[in-house]
Amino acid sequence: MSTEMLRVTEIEALSPLVKRFRFEHPRGAKLPLFSGGAHVVVEMPDGDVLRRNAYSLISDPQDGSGYEIAVRREDGGRGGSRFMHACVRQGDMLRISAPLNLFSLDMRARKHVLIAGGIGITPILAQMRQLLRMQGRFEVHYAARARSEAAGLRLLPRLPHIHAHISDEGNRIDLGAILDRQPIGTHVYTCGPEGLITAVAQCAERLGWPRGSLHSEVFLAPPPGRSFEVTLARSGRTITVGPHQSLLEALEEAQVEIDWSCRGGACGRCETEVVSCHGRIEHHDHWLSEDEHSSQAKIMPCVSRFRGKELIINR
Amino acid sequence: MPATKFTPSIASRPVYGGLKSHGAVPALMLANGPGGEALLELIKADPSVLPHTYMIYIPEGCDLGRSLEACGPASFFEAASYASILPRFRKLLADAGMNTRLYLAGTEGLIGQATSEALAAGMLLEAIDAEHRGSVARRMQCVHCKGITENVTTDPFTCSHCGLTLFVRDHYSRRHAAFQGVCVDAETPGEIPPRQEIKA
Amino acid sequence: MTIQFNDETFRDDYSYHNSPAAIRRFPFPFDKDDYMYAVNMEPHAGGREGSPFENRFDVDEHYVAEMRDREITLKEDPLRCQSLPHMELAGWDLLELIMECKAEDYPELFSLHRDGDRWHWINRPLGIDHKFTFLDPTTLPYGPMEYITRQAQGDFALLDQREGNLWMEAGMVTSQADWSLDFDIGMNFFEWHAPVPLAHEMGIFQRALKFLLAIQQDTPSRRLNWTMTVNPRLDTSPENYHKWGPEKRTLTPENVGEKQYLRVELQTFFRLPRSNGLAFPIRCYLISLQDLVTVPKWGRRLHRVIRDLPDELAEYKGFAVNRQLIVDYLARFDDGKPTSPGIFPDE
Repeated sequence: MSTEMLRVTEIEALSPLVKRFRFEHPRGAKLPLFSGGAHVVVEMPDGDVLRRNAYSLISDPQDGSGYEIAVRREDGGRGGSRFMHACVRQGDMLRISAPLNLFSLDMRARKHVLIAGGIGITPILAQMRQLLRMQGRFEVHYAARARSEAAGLRLLPRLPHIHAHISDEGNRIDLGAILDRQPIGTHVYTCGPEGLITAVAQCAERLGWPRGSLHSEVFLAPPPGRSFEVTLARSGRTITVGPHQSLLEALEEAQVEIDWSCRGGACGRCETEVVSCHGRIEHHDHWLSEDEHSSQAKIMPCVSRFRGKELIINR
Repeated sequence: MPATKFTPSIASRPVYGGLKSHGAVPALMLANGPGGEALLELIKADPSVLPHTYMIYIPEGCDLGRSLEACGPASFFEAASYASILPRFRKLLADAGMNTRLYLAGTEGLIGQATSEALAAGMLLEAIDAEHRGSVARRMQCVHCKGITENVTTDPFTCSHCGLTLFVRDHYSRRHAAFQGVCVDAETPGEIPPRQEIKA
Repeated sequence: MTIQFNDETFRDDYSYHNSPAAIRRFPFPFDKDDYMYAVNMEPHAGGREGSPFENRFDVDEHYVAEMRDREITLKEDPLRCQSLPHMELAGWDLLELIMECKAEDYPELFSLHRDGDRWHWINRPLGIDHKFTFLDPTTLPYGPMEYITRQAQGDFALLDQREGNLWMEAGMVTSQADWSLDFDIGMNFFEWHAPVPLAHEMGIFQRALKFLLAIQQDTPSRRLNWTMTVNPRLDTSPENYHKWGPEKRTLTPENVGEKQYLRVELQTFFRLPRSNGLAFPIRCYLISLQDLVTVPKWGRRLHRVIRDLPDELAEYKGFAVNRQLIVDYLARFDDGKPTSPGIFPDE
């Protein structure tokens, strides 16, 4: 995957926990355009550790003058978002990957319903901008606990079909009311916490919607966990995955060649065969099927972890 | 007449999974000929599908209209032909919601054309249940003149528009609701193999 | 580099011909002495200087004549170019891709000046000088895909990506190896490949689809495909099969070298930025057997490939009836000597 060093040209606090970052080419060159829902991977040289986190692009997909992302500080996370908040300054150079979309709009849709929870507003923002430009029919529903946490509010235009649902103000999102009576040809896109995505899926199923009309992207950062050991079948080496490290990062640190793209359990690029497993793989990905999860024959090193006696993978 | 079992074929050839109830959601039911029996069996298996159902039946010589109407769908309409119900069917699709289910039963020509209309209206394939009953005659597109010949029962057959003799492929277009017919004597004009009955 | 464009035809009197330089640069598709399906993808990131792989969209001596042939085909059958309504944005993506690549790779032939959405396109070989507004189809004489593919050699399919599959939902197809865009439009990857024998069972399409879904903007890919065609005819469509079919039966031992052509498709794949679709250009190259055997390595190798090909493939590719004639002709140019690896001629 190709990457470019881009300059941080703007940093703005959208809420106490969320900052917006703008990246531009240092010589003002045009960046590749993208489609709503795309993400980039940002490389963060944090001391000895090189972190790579995927962030959805929130800027106008048709505007190649810069890329914008919004990062929520996760104090319990592995450190990537803390690095972005604490260490990145205007003028810094960061390495950014080319955009990739795993959450694109279904262009056939007669109508698009975009549902975001919390920081899940990020890909929805770019999808909305694309629809505004294409004059597509859509509505946005943005759910947050409190207005102070609703970092996306400042980036949403005031339009009758763009709705904020702030639960502290007694205006909790009512999925039944949103999904009921939508016309044929509607597609729904949900991004946010796992609970919101499940709730949309359950509500749609209860109302009798076909599953294929539902699209979602979970905001998945590799979850921290206990340290574990993995044996590499091709070299016979055993490596240790630290509590705040993903298996993918541990493999990269050990100089093992491995393909990757989303680093969030969605794209399938780093899929790895399990040679032997005595214990339980903690699958966190959305790529492998339920059967594949229970068979423990494959693992997605970007997000999944292991607990038990021995794990040997084909790397 | 039970549901037809087709010989497994290539990936573009449609397979019909049969009618299964999706419960008390708005539904459009459309059947021709012996396809009416599939609707009766569906209703018998789960009467809750009926109260929100608009049912259309094209008898084509089968006398199932009265039994279907007697089941008590929200609306019942008996029609002479698919062509005659098309404007009505299009209006029903345009008014449909995301929870509307489509149940189709009968010949491939009917299932295919109604599926094509529904997809064009924005319905997803998974919201459509279909069961094949009755004749295995095919709806064929002539790849040369683009004309559709209905109810083709032999291979090869004569294109009812341009008159070329066409062989019957299993390659199927959902958009045209038709199989592909290709000139059988293109390389050696006049050398036409004997006609055979099309089988399931 | 100046290209001398041939005045030639791909029908009726078939005056199509390859110059000695065009023969040398022909994209011979076999890198060894036998052939079977494979997901033979490689990055489309340049190639040997002067070869058809060097530029993203190859322009050669047949350009003007091919565009004239396309115009004749479209006049008779406008259904060869179709785009489902949701594919218009992908059409603009394709227009931008082709215009930018051609203007960069062949500045003496093509120019593109962009001022925001106001674009100025100059195509010197075809005598086109046109100002239009990007993303405004009313400023073009055709839809964006049709406009640009009337100025680009080869067939083009635009694929929508959704539900973990690719859907052929727009295309310009006038030089195809016997498949119908009008029939296949709207099908997914497995459906439009349904008639291909053996490859499904081999898992070829599963693997190919997985590869194609993962293609990104900065990683275009390519592969070669091939078949055999009697006479240098671009329009070997099923639509006109009853018109060109009889020509297949006119081969004799005397004329096979002159009339039998190896038809090679350079297939490329580009991820499109705005639509997230995939552009699938299919560029057709034709070479007569008598021209091909002037490269001794190719004569030896093609003989062995055609002789040893599984019957199903010869049948599917439509040359089973002429296979013996072809093998007998090529055998004269195969002295049994070993061939060097790779597709290029020995120096």
